[in-house]
Amino acid sequence: MSYKIIVLIKQVPDTTAVSSQTMKEDGTLNRGVLPAVFNPEDLNALEMALSIKERYGGSVIAVTMGPPSAADILRDAMYRGADKVFVLTDKRFAASDTLATSRVLSQAVRKIGGFDIIICGRQAIDGNTAQVGPQVAEKLGINQLTYVEEIVDLTDGKISLWRSVEEGKELAVSSIPLLLTVTQTANIPRPPSVKKIMKYKNAEVRNSLSEACGINDLSSRGLLIEQWDAESIGMDPEMCGASGSPTQVKKTEKVVLKGKQFKKIEQTDEGIRELLQELIKDYVFD
Amino acid sequence: MEQTGEVWVFIQRSKEKIVEASLEILGRAGELAKELKVPVVGILAGNSAEFLAQTVVTYGADKVYVLCSSYLEQYTTNAYARSISTLIKNKNPAIVLFSATPQGRDLAPRIASALGAGLTADCTDLKIGSYTHPRTRKKYSKILLQIRPAWGGNIIATIVNPETRPQMATVREGMMKVPVPDGSAEGEIVKLTPDVGQADIKTVIVRQELEKKTVDLKGASVIVAGGAGVGSVENFELLRHLAHLFGGEVGATRAAVDAGFISHDHQIGQTALTVRPKLYIACGISGAVQHLAGMDESGKIVAVNTDPEAPIFGIAHYGIVGDLKDIIPRMINTYKTLSH
Ligand SMILES: Cc1cc2nc3c(=O)[nH]c(=O)nc-3n(C[C@H](O)[C@H](O)[C@H](O)COP(=O)(O)OP(=O)(O)OC[C@H]3O[C@@H](n4cnc5c(N)ncnc54)[C@H](O)[C@@H]3O)c2cc1C
Ligand SMILES: Nc1ncnc2c1ncn2[C@@H]1O[C@H](COP(=O)(O)O)[C@@H](O)[C@H]1O
Repeated sequence: MSYKIIVLIKQVPDTTAVSSQTMKEDGTLNRGVLPAVFNPEDLNALEMALSIKERYGGSVIAVTMGPPSAADILRDAMYRGADKVFVLTDKRFAASDTLATSRVLSQAVRKIGGFDIIICGRQAIDGNTAQVGPQVAEKLGINQLTYVEEIVDLTDGKISLWRSVEEGKELAVSSIPLLLTVTQTANIPRPPSVKKIMKYKNAEVRNSLSEACGINDLSSRGLLIEQWDAESIGMDPEMCGASGSPTQVKKTEKVVLKGKQFKKIEQTDEGIRELLQELIKDYVFD
Repeated sequence: MEQTGEVWVFIQRSKEKIVEASLEILGRAGELAKELKVPVVGILAGNSAEFLAQTVVTYGADKVYVLCSSYLEQYTTNAYARSISTLIKNKNPAIVLFSATPQGRDLAPRIASALGAGLTADCTDLKIGSYTHPRTRKKYSKILLQIRPAWGGNIIATIVNPETRPQMATVREGMMKVPVPDGSAEGEIVKLTPDVGQADIKTVIVRQELEKKTVDLKGASVIVAGGAGVGSVENFELLRHLAHLFGGEVGATRAAVDAGFISHDHQIGQTALTVRPKLYIACGISGAVQHLAGMDESGKIVAVNTDPEAPIFGIAHYGIVGDLKDIIPRMINTYKTLSH
């Protein structure tokens, strides 16, 4: 048996590198100055896909929705072992919330077709929502297993795996096709391979209309980063981007670390009493 | 179709008990419902859930819908998502809330996707308010304001779903107070038989291994953590004493573990555990990003450090500049006098 595995990966601003310079006065983020990175748990998702491929045979397809620059993480995915990659880029996809994102991703997955397993990271570090995976699974009408830690077995169209739950972990079994979301503790992502970097560093982005620009040639050499827009996946533009997103941001405020919430406590008995009284009032000990 | 406009809370069960995170939300949901002048409703699922319904009432629900089915006895995504989505379609509540536990975060997006509803993850606060669309100038009143940190906790965003119903959110654990149960409270308990069968069970749970942890950092609502600045195994005993007094656990930085002051299972941070207790007391911890990554979502952070410039003060709610060997014993003594 050989499995067709689709990994959904996202390029995110490195929110762990946020500092005062990266925040604008109005509380919005100066995205430009934050380095764009491969969402950490999506590396774990890719690693899981590659290890399934190695254990059971198959192919790994990486898909991302984002601006043209998101192709960078697809190249990175190729360096680590992805066989085929797609970037979903369209101005009308911009400002999609998780629901609209899941519509775009599931349309692309439908277009790719014939998959056995879809693997997502548990969550992306820009929003930490952990919603896109389950929302895609629902759109495709397939089962999902979230917080996956370890694949135990995959035979006869049945997968068994350990997933973490509130009180510990559980061994769950499901039929394929299905969608998994993977946590950072599931595995240690392999680094890019030097040989593959040499081979794929010249991979190029082309949309399906660029027949003339050697799309077939790139594809046959494995150097194609295929770009799809709303039309190519049959996506109603009204259902994605801002118009397709039920959630809207009313406002954002900068978290002023000092000043707003910070309170200096004097190191006197009086200061300590005041602190403890305030904590008791805030129910922290209930 | 019925338009109840109710405020719903999905009540998560763990075996025969209601998880605390669900009770926390019930309190706030009650306040929202009062403002909207609608009932607050608890949603329970499973055959053995019925006997918990009265408990949900004592914690503030005006009404409880119990989805009675043996297929819902154990949580599986598809069966729960389908039954609850159907119920939402039939009753049209205004708001549906879930806890942001692994189960809540598995279930809520699935339902939101099925309904095409907006869902905001991991809210730290919820309010009723108004919103004017910046472009259309259309005004929406009495809608749910969903407040949550974003961008690694660097900003606080207020999210709304003005057009779609229900307005859905998951709520971070430990952000709201569990209401005081009222044994005399009365509520309506509505038993329902969802259309769910064997075909809806897509996942078979073969076995559950509940962790028996010696240190329950994840479950602790108070963590007293120490870093290199604690200086010795003996001084860590001070932290332990304070932690026990507060009914909490002891955490540590990698530097403290590396120095041999405490064992590795206490370590918190990027390469260890992520915790978010209600209270995190950081003693002798400088505040390196790798440590902050594991604790910066704690409800309240108190930092004790001799260095007024230590970065930990940048994310703390309360800071005491001073020597922990002096401060902690005084905290212990003061707390004892206060709790009497
Ligand atoms: C890849 C990577 C992963 C890492 N993962 C983790 C991780 O998961 N968890 C983690 O914790 N670290 C991790 N680290 C290490 C991290 O970078 C820091 O080195 C570590 O967190 C520092 O620990 P500390 O604050 O205890 O020590 P220090 O930075 O040495 O700080 C000690 C503090 O104690 C104060 N102090 C001294 N004496 C006293 C006193 N008597 N009373 C009060 N205050 C006092 C000092 O002013 C100082 O601020 C990682 C590092 C790397 C590179
Ligand atoms: N724009 C995107 N492109 C591809 N995959 C995505 C995108 N957004 C989210 N995902 C996937 O969904 C997971 C959860 O994302 P989130 O719901 O944003 O926390 C990520 O780890 C990715 O696997």
